[in-house]
Amino acid sequence: MRFDTATSPHTGRPHSVSGTMRWVIAALLPGALAMIWCFGWGVLINMALAGAAAIGFEALVMRLRGRPAGPAIGDLSALLTALLLGLALPPLLPWWLTLLGTFFAIVVVKQLFGGIGYNPFNPAMGAYVFLLISYPVEMTSWVPPLMLNSHPLGFADTLGAIFSTTPPPGLSWDALSGATPLDTLRGQLDLHMELEQIRQNPIWGSLGSRGWELAGLGYLLGGLLLLYQRVISWHIPVSLLASLFLTASLLHLLAPEAHPPGLFHLFSGAALLGAFFIATDPVTATTTRRGQLIYGAGIGLLVYVIRTWGGYPDAVAFAVLLMNMAAPTIDYYTRPRVYGHQGGR
Amino acid sequence: MKKNRPGRRLHRFHGGIHLPDNKAQSTARAVRTASLPRHLILPLQQHIGQIAEPLVAVGDPVLKGQMIARAQGYISAPVHASSSGTVVEIADHPVPHPSGLNAPCIVIETDGEERWCELPPPISDPLSLDEAEMRGRIRDSGIVGLGGAAFPTGVKINPGAGHEIHTLVINGAECEPYITCDDMLMRGQAQRIITGIAISRFLLGARQVLIAIEDNKPEAIAAMRAALDASGMDRAEVVVIPTLYPSGGERQLIQILTGQEVPSGGIPAQIGLVCQNVATAAAISDAVVDGRPLISRHITLTGGGIAEPVNLEALIGTPLNELVEQAGGYTGEAARLILGGPMMGFSLTHDRLPLTKASNCLLAASAEEAPPPRPASACIRCGRCADACPARLLPQQLYWYARARDIEKTEAYHLFDCIECGCCSHVCPAQIPLVHYFRYAKSASSAQEQERRRAEHARRRHEARMARLERLEAERKAKLQNRRAAVAKKKPQPKADGDASPDPKQAAIQAAMRRAAEKKARLAREGQTPKNTENLTEAQQRQIDRAEQRRAAPDHPPAED
Repeated sequence: MRFDTATSPHTGRPHSVSGTMRWVIAALLPGALAMIWCFGWGVLINMALAGAAAIGFEALVMRLRGRPAGPAIGDLSALLTALLLGLALPPLLPWWLTLLGTFFAIVVVKQLFGGIGYNPFNPAMGAYVFLLISYPVEMTSWVPPLMLNSHPLGFADTLGAIFSTTPPPGLSWDALSGATPLDTLRGQLDLHMELEQIRQNPIWGSLGSRGWELAGLGYLLGGLLLLYQRVISWHIPVSLLASLFLTASLLHLLAPEAHPPGLFHLFSGAALLGAFFIATDPVTATTTRRGQLIYGAGIGLLVYVIRTWGGYPDAVAFAVLLMNMAAPTIDYYTRPRVYGHQGGR
Repeated sequence: MKKNRPGRRLHRFHGGIHLPDNKAQSTARAVRTASLPRHLILPLQQHIGQIAEPLVAVGDPVLKGQMIARAQGYISAPVHASSSGTVVEIADHPVPHPSGLNAPCIVIETDGEERWCELPPPISDPLSLDEAEMRGRIRDSGIVGLGGAAFPTGVKINPGAGHEIHTLVINGAECEPYITCDDMLMRGQAQRIITGIAISRFLLGARQVLIAIEDNKPEAIAAMRAALDASGMDRAEVVVIPTLYPSGGERQLIQILTGQEVPSGGIPAQIGLVCQNVATAAAISDAVVDGRPLISRHITLTGGGIAEPVNLEALIGTPLNELVEQAGGYTGEAARLILGGPMMGFSLTHDRLPLTKASNCLLAASAEEAPPPRPASACIRCGRCADACPARLLPQQLYWYARARDIEKTEAYHLFDCIECGCCSHVCPAQIPLVHYFRYAKSASSAQEQERRRAEHARRRHEARMARLERLEAERKAKLQNRRAAVAKKKPQPKADGDASPDPKQAAIQAAMRRAAEKKARLAREGQTPKNTENLTEAQQRQIDRAEQRRAAPDHPPAED
């Protein structure tokens, strides 16, 4: 009797890339549902549009590279990138900007560097920053959350607004959208208004800003699921959130009239989405455990710095990209001590 | 029963993985003695070190237990006839080795009589023996580490003057799934193991003995504790350790028990420990107490591809296919044949291979148990491999450099601290055969090192040659210069003095030259060329005359010219 040979270990492998991605996508659900509920059908349409486009672009590039498209699409990484980008885009963004962003994420940031595993930058964040810098007006007009929205659009109207790039009859863009809460905060702080006064505005909720804090809770729930399933380790999210919280709390203690408290920062903008779903992207993050603590803390600090003193109201994308650049160096200097070696590395 | 002595603190090693242990299949049946095969195939290299040298020739009758190949050099081990019969062949045969290459073996056709050779007399109290005699018996019995490493035990129990051994660690962890031969040995022959431990401990001068067993073997733990209590051995205890692969790795086991790490590239003796497998201890007992060499061992035959999974006590050299037959043969499920466990064993293409001293398990895995490898995709740097690595390496970085054939970089990331346990490959979501890459990098590194050494040797030889030539050239030049200087010193003098008074030496030379010229002219006139046959001694003249006569004689043609 003859047998086929294989290299050890001869066990079935319990993990797979697609399995990992499936878990992350599943864990996105609570946050995504909260976003759709608060900000309308536009969020879902963006996610669907970006998702379909990402699969198309991924297949196209794989074909151009002369490689099978099936496994690349099957690993679900392109879909996940698109879903994250879709969640980050304004709900009524014109359709072609979503397509452009997806193209940039999949083709430029991911595939031009060699595809999955080889991209130094987070594709979704790369595309987000690309759109933000190129189309600042479109990218900063957000729909108000459901509880503050005087003109919530139905599915058909939303679809029409996105694809015709004109508001539904009888409405103007200004009526439909406005600045994000973080944008509002920055604007009013720049006018030297006191925080106490700013927080009279109905857009603020009990944790952060209304609507956003609900999405934040959803992401937190999903993140805890990922931790429980050991899809991600605690190091990056905990260090990121802790560093953001501690920095914000310290400044809030020093100057409460100009700096909102730590909890506000955690539940505003993309902090929780970033901590659990974006900074934890294994390809672009650090891999050593000590390195992950530094990496996460760096993002948290940068988010605070850019939010408070930078040119943009939210900063997760910039902070992640900046720390992506530092990741290989951090990994190099945080190599663990190997068994049987004394001190150092 | 699973509790340890109060105060016994255990430590953790980094990483490791939990695996389904799959041990119940082969422990359900009692250990059986395998039947005597028609042919025994005994490889000359069943150990780490120098290959053994045959002591028999084809056609020689051999007795059971007779040494048929002797150790060559210090790190080596002899081979014994596992049964009586006749040597029918000494040639290369397929042996169980990952390379699949053939190696020299002695083949014995058994006569079925099992006649033993004369053994050293058995002794009731092994510790009453002379120490040198004990060591001799162990060395001559061909014992090697039976846990799989196959390092000659005679060397291991003699760690040298520089190493003071305080603790003897007995490895009964048996952490790989499926394998149960040590478990069954501990259950059935704990007494033998304890005797072997007592001998090893005496020879090593170890103050304490720690017998480590994973907590998934309660019967073995109970049996070993009972035997240990009965023996009355002091400062020895059975330590129950948590089941976590690879706790049976020597370095990991030492870390669990002591919290200490064996220095990289070093051996446990450097930190005062020696680690020995339970089966090795039993073999030591046989060698010292009964004077019996290592000619048999326990082997587990298991997996979904084996009809009746079982442990067999089989003679070394028995063909594996005959053992499979005694375990009920293959089921239709058998998809991959693995020698050793699923994590570190290597797959065989066929089963016509002999049982060697280091073989502890033959696993015929079904396609479900050992699925065909899925295609590997790109590393996503998730770091699961680093979390699982018991050596605290960064497998994803090593993989990166191994793939790029950057061997120096893999060495900088401590490639050689990899114990090839397979944890990283097991957890990799991208299905990358990481260990395979590391084996490749290790062999590439060794090849590079050899090449480097050869190049260095060649360079040194070349440099030595160039230096020699230079020196000779310099000497020659110096000599020439000296001579020139000497000539220059002499020549100008007559000129400086003028030709008024001719040098008497010069005059003598002139006269001699004149005489020579005259003689040459005279000979030319007589029609003779100059000969170097002037001023001959009498003897030489006679020799020449004889030669001339021979040349003249008709029946003696000139032999030369």
